[in-house]
Parts: sequence; C-alpha cells; structure tokens
Amino acid sequence: MARRVTARRIWVSTAAAWLFGFLIFLPILWMVLTSFKTELEAFSMPPKFLLFHWTTENYVTVQERSDYLHHAVNSLLIAGGSTLIAMIIAIPAAWSMAFAPTQRTKDILLWMLSTKMMPSVGVLVPIYLIFRDFGLLDRRAGLVMILCLGNLPIVIWMLFTYFKEIPKDILEAARMDGATIGRELVYVLTPMAVPGLASTLLLNFILAWNEAFWTLNLSTSDAAPLTVFIASYSSPEGLFWAKLSAASTLAIAPIIILGWFTQRQLVRGLTFGAVK
Amino acid sequence: MGQITLQGVRKSFGPVNIIKDANLDIENGSFVVFVGPSGCGKTTLLRLIAGLEDVTGGQILIDGKNVVDVPPAKRGLSMVFQSYALYPHMSVRGNIAFGLKMAGLPRPEIDRKVEAAAATLNLTPYLDRKPRELSGGQRQRVAIGRAIVREPKAFLFDEPLSNLDAALRVQMRLEVTKLQKQLGTTAIYVTHDQVEAMTMADKIVVLNAGRIEQYGSPLELYERPANLFVAGFIGSPKMNFVPGEAAGEPGVATLGIRPEHLKIGKEGEGWPGTVSVAEHLGRDTFLYVDAGTLGMLTARGVGEFSLKAGDRVWLSPEPARLHRFDKEGAAVRA
Repeated sequence: MARRVTARRIWVSTAAAWLFGFLIFLPILWMVLTSFKTELEAFSMPPKFLLFHWTTENYVTVQERSDYLHHAVNSLLIAGGSTLIAMIIAIPAAWSMAFAPTQRTKDILLWMLSTKMMPSVGVLVPIYLIFRDFGLLDRRAGLVMILCLGNLPIVIWMLFTYFKEIPKDILEAARMDGATIGRELVYVLTPMAVPGLASTLLLNFILAWNEAFWTLNLSTSDAAPLTVFIASYSSPEGLFWAKLSAASTLAIAPIIILGWFTQRQLVRGLTFGAVK
Repeated sequence: MGQITLQGVRKSFGPVNIIKDANLDIENGSFVVFVGPSGCGKTTLLRLIAGLEDVTGGQILIDGKNVVDVPPAKRGLSMVFQSYALYPHMSVRGNIAFGLKMAGLPRPEIDRKVEAAAATLNLTPYLDRKPRELSGGQRQRVAIGRAIVREPKAFLFDEPLSNLDAALRVQMRLEVTKLQKQLGTTAIYVTHDQVEAMTMADKIVVLNAGRIEQYGSPLELYERPANLFVAGFIGSPKMNFVPGEAAGEPGVATLGIRPEHLKIGKEGEGWPGTVSVAEHLGRDTFLYVDAGTLGMLTARGVGEFSLKAGDRVWLSPEPARLHRFDKEGAAVRA
C-alpha cells in the first residue's frame, strides 16, 4: 500500500525543510548582515538582527586597505587552473578505469582515495620544504599544482562513477555502427557524460576556490587568493568583525552566485547513481 | 549475401575455456538460433562473430573471407542488444541514422533509408522522439530499425526479447521472424528460451559448456537428439530418462521417452507406478509418477483425466519413440 500523503504531513515536512535550510544558511546570512554593521554594533549584546544602522563603510575600508581584485584574480587563476589540469588528467584516467578495468583497478581507486584520509597538516613540513627549495612559495603555479593534486582523487572518483553508469552496450553498439574511437567519443560518450563532466568541474572549482589550508600556508602576497584576503582581517591587533564579514562576503560572493546558477547540475552530480 | 562459417573457433578468458572448438556452417538467408543454459557460451559465440570479442583460435568466415582480424564495423553485420543499447541523447531518427552517418552516406540517402526502415517497423510517428519517451516494444523496434537500415550481411540478436512482457514477446517473436523472411537476411539469434528457439529457427545450435552439442532443424532436435543433453534440453516437460537395465534393455545405458509418448493406463500394461502429483491444465494433464526403480516419470495425457495423487497407473512407452543412449550419453540409433 502506498503511503498516504496528507496535507498535514506535507505542511510539516515543508516547514521542517525550510527550518533546516535556514539553519544551514544562518551563518552566511549573519555574516552578510554583519558586514553592513558598524564595528561597535557587530558585537553588541544582545545582537541586532535587522534594526541597526546600515552602512557600507566596511566595504569601502576593505577596498582601501587591501586589493580585492588582486586576490580575486588569484583565486580565479588558481581554482580555474587546478580544475582544468585535474580534469585533463582525470578524464582519461577515469575512462580507462571504467571501460578497460584490470584486476587492480579497484585497488588503485582505493589507494587514491586513501591519500585523502591523511590530514594535510601531516605533510605540511615536507611540502613546505619542497616548495621552498623549488622556489614555489607564494607562486600561483605552486598552488595550482598542490590543489590539483589534492583534488585529483575526488575528481577521478566522481568521473569514474559517472562513466561507470554509461552502459557498455551503447559503446559497443556505436562500434558495430562503425564509429571509430574518436567518433565514439565525440558523438556518443561525451554527450552522454556532459552532466557528469559539468558537475565534477563545478564541484572541483568550488573546492579549490574555498581551499584554505595550503593557500594560507604557501602564499603571502603575490599569489595570495581570497582565503588569504579574509584571513588578513583576523589579525593580532584585534578582530574587526564587521570588516572581516565584509571581506568574507566579497570572497564568497562569486562562488555563491556560481553555485546558485548551477545548483541543478550540482545536485544531480552529487546524487548521481544514488537516485535513478 | 551472408554465409557464415566457423572453423575450430576457440575462446578463453584467462585459464577458462568459454568456447571449445566450434565448427558451424550457417547458410545464407537462414535463421539460426543459439540456445543453451545460461553460461553455456552462446552470447560469447555471438560476440565473437560480431567482433566484439577476439577469438583465441580458429577462423570465422563471412562469405568465404576470414574476418577474425577485421573490426566489428567492417564485418558488415549489425547487432540488436538485449538492453537495446539505444543512444539516449539522440532521437529515434538519429539512432537509426547513426550507422549510415558513420558510413558517410549523403544526407538525402540517409533520410530516405531511415524513413523506409521506420515505415517497415511502424515507427514513423515517433521519429523525432527520444528513446526515453518510448515504450519497451517501441525501443525494441528502434533497435531493430538501427540494425536493418544498414542492410547488413547478417543480423545478430542477443536475447532481444527477454526484457519484454510475455504477451509482447510472443508478438515481437512473430514480427522478427516475419521481417527476417521478408528481408531474406541471415540471422543469428541467441536465447535461453527453447520455445523461442523452436518457433523462430530454421536451424538450432544447442550449446552446452562451450561445446556445440547439436546443430539441426527444430524437429530434428526433437525427434533425433544427438545426446542426453539435447534430449533433456529440447521439449517441455523434459524427456524422462530411465536406466536401461531397469527398463528391460540391458544393452543401453539410458532410455529416454518424452512425456507425450507415454500412454497412461489405469491397469495392466507397461511400467507400474503411483501418481504423486497431477497437474490439470485443461487440455493437458501432467502426471508425475513414482515408478519405483525407474525413478520419477512425467507423463502427459490429453483431455480430462480423473486421475489424482495416490492413484495407481501403468505407463507404456510408444516403442518407436524410445531414445537410446550409451554410457557416454551419445544417442544409439538402430
């Protein structure tokens, strides 16, 4: 017997979903609100929700004190570059593991994932020394490399699960129909994998954009992305909550806008295989 | 043209021999069915012919030319997959046209051929739909359309009807047979369903554990099975096997008799036994009889029978319908 969906049940679950969504969104909302407060109001007790003196002065100060655009361009180059290189490496890797697996394919996949099980800080010193000796500290190329390597296991795994879902029969049908490997790729495989490629690309970009551990430790100014820009507002001379919030809002705005417009792709990508 | 010959074809995956020395001659225009239990290698044999798997040894000749090193597309065959394997992002038109497009045919010719194929298969109203908007039977038709439009030397069918419901399967079975006769193209059809094999085939290849057990017309297999396996596999319910000695024929190892060739009597003659289950199907009655040293026997009676479990019966085999097998299981002919 199908479960009966009463109006009451719908009402309750809708309310619960909204509440849950709001709870998750609250820190971001609070940050945005705080960025429009004065420093005094930012940590007034009790906190003020909407009835405060709205001001944009924090944004002006942040812009005067540090160069947002410089950091934003760095973020874009580092996140974009590492994503692009990761995709170029991961696509063939995932193809071969999905369509021409060997006995060890499973082990390789697990081994790759296992690299993500160790906390990054465990290899901070050796990586730092390598970066120092090769002159990669505070260089965008270095950050592109480290972020690319860090995300590669996840990217390969995501693409692998995607490609796995493409039935082998269809590729064989294309082969019977006379498609060469190149044409098989262009006419059959790629169109079928586009949603997977797109969501992997997006997720990888977001992960790289928000990555803070390596970017904070391996860059200071020249290559510093937006994470460093935010961190510079929690300085030893005291916390400036309002300015920190303004800086954070500026830093995450591009990625939130990107996420907003691509949310359908993202959800589909993350639940792929789980829900059919 | 579509004459396919297998000469000593072998296939192994690692140490496992899937196909052991297959020899076969498929005549142009005939409908040949590969049948056998699951895991017998029938699909592998089909894929070897298609070129989707490489042979370990032997030759596959299509119209006299050895094709073992020829890629699938160049063999001039087309295949209908069990899962249909339609291109989900293409319309029905795109699916059917794909092979022609790959062959580089001019656009007007492609259109003409696609429309002709669609008309043959009653697909014209659906040409611009995507596969996901079609029913199972329609998808099956598109898969067939994709195969016929290329005018291949032979069609290869890999259990194409097993995803359809029973009623549709019977209908498609007829349609596929009719279409094949109408086009006159050689067809190789893989199934595990012996009813499909018996009804569709000009000739049946019975496979078991990678070996061709017998190759012949449906009635040949039914009337003159070459060995115990074929005798037991073809026909429903299964043929009864009794030890030769117990049946009074010490010269043969095993005696076989089909359920429909056992006369059921309420007294006197033949092998005595006790009915353990009686299945009344209306026109037919199947009796499962415990015949002592002969084992369990199945008998088929036509018409209504008053027999029920526990009744005493005598089963007499029609002498001309007895099958005799030697110790190795091979048929012994008088």
